[in-house]
Amino acid sequence: MELSTDPLRKTALHERHRRLGAKMTDFHGWDMPLYYTSILEEHKAVRQALGLFDISHMGQVLVSGPDAVHTLNQLMVSDLANVGEGRACYTLMLNESAGILDDLIIYRIGAESFLVIVNCGNRASDVEWLQAHRQGRTTITDISQGRSILAVQGPLACRVLEQILDARVTSLGKFGIAPIRTMGPDACIARTGYTGSDGFELFLPDHHAQRLWDTILASAKPLGAQPVGLGARDTLRVEAGLRLYGTDMDGHTTPWEVSLDWTVAINKPAFMGKDALVRQKQQGPTRKFVGFELSQGPVPRLGTELTVDGKRVGTVTSGTFSPILNRPLGMGYVEPAYTKPGTTLTVTVRNQRYTGTVVKLPFWKGETQQAALTSTAAPTLEQRS
Amino acid sequence: MQVPSELLYTKSHEWARRLPAAPTSGIGSVAQAGEGNEVIVGITAHAQEELRDVVFVELPKVGKIVKQGEPIAVIESVKAAFDIYAPVSGTISRINEAVVKSPQLVNQDCYGQGWLFAVSLSVPDDFTRLLSSADYSKQIEAGAH
Repeated sequence: MELSTDPLRKTALHERHRRLGAKMTDFHGWDMPLYYTSILEEHKAVRQALGLFDISHMGQVLVSGPDAVHTLNQLMVSDLANVGEGRACYTLMLNESAGILDDLIIYRIGAESFLVIVNCGNRASDVEWLQAHRQGRTTITDISQGRSILAVQGPLACRVLEQILDARVTSLGKFGIAPIRTMGPDACIARTGYTGSDGFELFLPDHHAQRLWDTILASAKPLGAQPVGLGARDTLRVEAGLRLYGTDMDGHTTPWEVSLDWTVAINKPAFMGKDALVRQKQQGPTRKFVGFELSQGPVPRLGTELTVDGKRVGTVTSGTFSPILNRPLGMGYVEPAYTKPGTTLTVTVRNQRYTGTVVKLPFWKGETQQAALTSTAAPTLEQRS
Repeated sequence: MQVPSELLYTKSHEWARRLPAAPTSGIGSVAQAGEGNEVIVGITAHAQEELRDVVFVELPKVGKIVKQGEPIAVIESVKAAFDIYAPVSGTISRINEAVVKSPQLVNQDCYGQGWLFAVSLSVPDDFTRLLSSADYSKQIEAGAH
């Protein structure tokens, strides 16, 4: 927890948010835009056109050296040796008892060089953990200072960035990353995001991020592009079934419990948390993370009880109203017997009972499926001549 | 910010409109012929602006007896759920079914189609204790520093 007496930290785009009239909020000690006009409008802009996000509060950590792969393989649940140059993976970092310390995306930007994007609330502890457990010749550097991250998300992302960057961004497959050489060392564009829509994240020196922010808004506004705050970032990620660290999982949650089994390379040699993971796999977790929807009714929020035949079977961790599916959505933990899609759960809000139905995540499948179909590896961007 | 002068207000950002005695006036359906003590209630433009993105409205049942200042309805925006307080004591005489079906009416037309419920006044003095539009305007200006 940050001390409330500390002044809030500001990103390099802070002044732009103010000028756009954003409603600001304190997010883990950062003064960030919650919304500019309306959460629902911004949400729809991402699904239908383009949304531009400042996510510079997230930490950028460089892990490099001949033993960088070894260090990361010791600390993450995924096998980083399988991630080629110009590729990325979503993974989890565990403690000894398989509790999740953070969820992160690791981009292999060179043979011995990885860009690790960490949640802002975990930035200091993650860097400390990486430092404490580094293997052999590995250098850990927090390179966040002076750098920004822009997320450009939505069906128009390819078209708009292709024009502005004058580069074939379409050739970058899902979870691909490529340098933007014209914007300095370690400037990169990746086909990743936290919305479920197609899109990109750009890791840039501050002044390039500022210029790109202005250019994207000026050129894409007529196409329906909008700046998007953390409010819609949350509704979009719930619709996409994506977990939020600190809300849906924490140091007391295991990958099996949060239903992120697919991230775990359990056959990898010893790694942090593996023994505990193997044990829990044998015993079976006592709770599983699921998504459910209501046909109508209130938003199931953090802490809402889930029951079956009057018996408590679970608790909501995230919920929202989906403007695309036009219904309330919830995610949370239930006993393993109640995870099957179609299972009916009773959702009690302010003493009133509503019927929820377990559904397979993500709730919103539109572009996720489309992007998966077009996924191809592409280590570098082809510059247009 | 729109603060119609013909309405009265609460500190908690509800507006109240007392219907005239004539039985044919009122919003939507015709009121039961009464003594002119029916009060229509909604939330103010300021409240609507603060909430944004209303996605769910929960209203009291018709016939429910309510006390001035008591939480009796809930409006949920994407961000959070907010209590709505009874501006006057009495009995719920009507609720706005349209706003239950289309909660965004609260954002679109908070003083008109986005009204919430009507209370049949049991303590006529309650009504006179509400804020004038001038006093309410002062309050929201002070709140916005």
